[in-house]
Amino acid sequence: MMDMLLTIAIALLGGAIKVSTPFMLVALGECLTELSGRINLGLEGTLVLGAMTAYGAAVVTGSPWMGLLAAGAAGMVLGVTHALLCQLPRVNDVAIGIAMMLFGTALAFYFGKPFIQPQAPHLPTIPLGEWLTHLAGIQSPALAAALEINPLFLAGIALALALAWALRNTHVGLIVRTTGDSAAAARALGISVNGVRLACTAVGGLLAGFGGAFLSLVYPGAWNEGLSSGQGLMAVALVVYARWQPVRCVLAALLFGAAGALGTALQAIGWTSGLYLFNAAPYVLTVALMLGIGRGRDNDRQRQFDAPGELSTAR
Amino acid sequence: MTSVMHMTEPPTRPGASVARGLERAETSGARAWGLLGEVVVPLGAVLAAFALFSILLLWIDRSPLQFVELIWKGGFGTSFSIRNSLQRMPPLILCALAVAVPAQLGLVVIGGEGTLVLAGLAAAAIAVPFAGGAMPALVVVPLMVGAAMLTAAVWFGIVAQARNERQVNEVISSLLLSYVGIAIMNFFVEGALRDPNQPSKSSTVPVAASYLVGEIPGVGVHWGLAAALLAAVLLHLLVSRTTFGFAMRVVGGNPRAARSQGLPVERLVMTGMLIGGACAGLAGYFEVAAVQGRANASLAAGYGFTGILVSFMARHQPLGIVPVALLFAALSASAGLVQRRMDLPDGVMLLLQSTIFIAILVSQALHGSRLGSRMIVWLLRRRA
Repeated sequence: MMDMLLTIAIALLGGAIKVSTPFMLVALGECLTELSGRINLGLEGTLVLGAMTAYGAAVVTGSPWMGLLAAGAAGMVLGVTHALLCQLPRVNDVAIGIAMMLFGTALAFYFGKPFIQPQAPHLPTIPLGEWLTHLAGIQSPALAAALEINPLFLAGIALALALAWALRNTHVGLIVRTTGDSAAAARALGISVNGVRLACTAVGGLLAGFGGAFLSLVYPGAWNEGLSSGQGLMAVALVVYARWQPVRCVLAALLFGAAGALGTALQAIGWTSGLYLFNAAPYVLTVALMLGIGRGRDNDRQRQFDAPGELSTAR
Repeated sequence: MTSVMHMTEPPTRPGASVARGLERAETSGARAWGLLGEVVVPLGAVLAAFALFSILLLWIDRSPLQFVELIWKGGFGTSFSIRNSLQRMPPLILCALAVAVPAQLGLVVIGGEGTLVLAGLAAAAIAVPFAGGAMPALVVVPLMVGAAMLTAAVWFGIVAQARNERQVNEVISSLLLSYVGIAIMNFFVEGALRDPNQPSKSSTVPVAASYLVGEIPGVGVHWGLAAALLAAVLLHLLVSRTTFGFAMRVVGGNPRAARSQGLPVERLVMTGMLIGGACAGLAGYFEVAAVQGRANASLAAGYGFTGILVSFMARHQPLGIVPVALLFAALSASAGLVQRRMDLPDGVMLLLQSTIFIAILVSQALHGSRLGSRMIVWLLRRRA
């Protein structure tokens, strides 16, 4: 029994580290976009397109880093498209987001067919687990494998800290927050509202593209059409849960990663019944968390405090 | 103070006649919108989307002309393809209605896909104990319909309740619940409800022949088409001719104003969502009882997602959904032929659809704008 719990714990830990990275990157990008006052639901599509582009570019060039770069570029293009379309009058950012979500996914399926078969080189990982278990003198290949950290995970954490600091302490951060809280105030200060949102959505797309690259080049580590089912959208929900704070986004992503790894963790101890229900765990968790943090009818004023004032979903 | 006085003065000053002329031009522009805007602008958007899509076809060395030709052939070319297209209309109409009714309340619901699947499972599950076909259809069929509609309504009801009580955004929650719905279907189809005689593809036991939905005589399409058309007409009447429909539209226009007028916003949201859910449920019922004959993964055929596009393109008007659904049903019916003949990847129809979706949304920026009005007035003058 103890062994089983340990196996599950290690599998959950490893899963949290592996599965959480795309959540983290998408959530950080979405966090920035939402702080500038716009919601981009299209990041789900960006994630899928990023995964396909990364894999394709890695197969063609033989370098996973080129794949990462290509994914970022593709994500940025989608982000810029979203931002430009949203600048038009009477165009709703939520609807455009849904359309972009389908568009990104479709583009990935359309161009991604030839890349389902070939093998792409993976991004290198940092064998942190091996060092640690070696240092501590524990013989546990499972733990060592679980703690195999990929550079994107570390980059995500560093980025979250940098983002949190920059939003709080820099002039640029102030500009972003002003734009997100009141477009009118930003305009009065001479800030180009559309410009700021364009930049923030572009960066959001870039990060989501990196998240997609992680899916196809690290874990699960191959390109297929079912690679991301709703992870991009869960990341959007996660931003709400993290109350638009980058560091909390990282913590929430770890939690989601662990939930996503639940099915695999149970498989590791030979539990196979009801696997399909456990695969639904992240979705159920997301809905439950949204219910838990949602503001009730009466305390609108108190909770609204956290949300950027310009956000269409927060109004 | 004085400027306000000036504005209410009779139009004796020189500037006023110009203003009045502009106003008149704008009114005629608005009237032109009424006539043409509903048809011309969406069609223009579809054409623009197709032009964009052609570039993507040329990119991988395929002919856009052959593409159009094959779509026509696969969608309307033969009596078989016409039947195939019509066959795909009921789930599209019903899934679009599941988007359109909540849209009156200002809600964007994108979870139709999983809701359809779950409702189909419920219908098939009800039929399992009667697989022999011993019970009269008069008992079992209403049970199946009821189970499907109720399940779907509950699924949408959760979204409504979450929105009402906890302000949970319905776009995200509906899509997430849609994934949960598909997971539940897989769980039962792979487990408790799995047909042991069907080793290749996990499915439920087939619904007994006596409970299946027949064809409309002379049309060659199942009765779901009639039901979907009836639903569109009824919901059109509900939305545009009843107090309830008016109240829904007021909430959609401005929830705060609706609340201050004393409208029961939460109850309207819940009712609208239940109606929308029931539509998606009916779609699931017909997919099981008229098309598949059992519940399996084929239920997730994308109708729920295409329905979103159909509803947006019809500007969420229940009657407008019918012709738009025919267009997309033809696209979907021709997909197989087009992909086979031109050796195109699976994503091609989704790509065309999403390009059209974006073009439609962008065209709505033009809708009612001064630029758009002027373009229409100019066009009318050219013709006159």
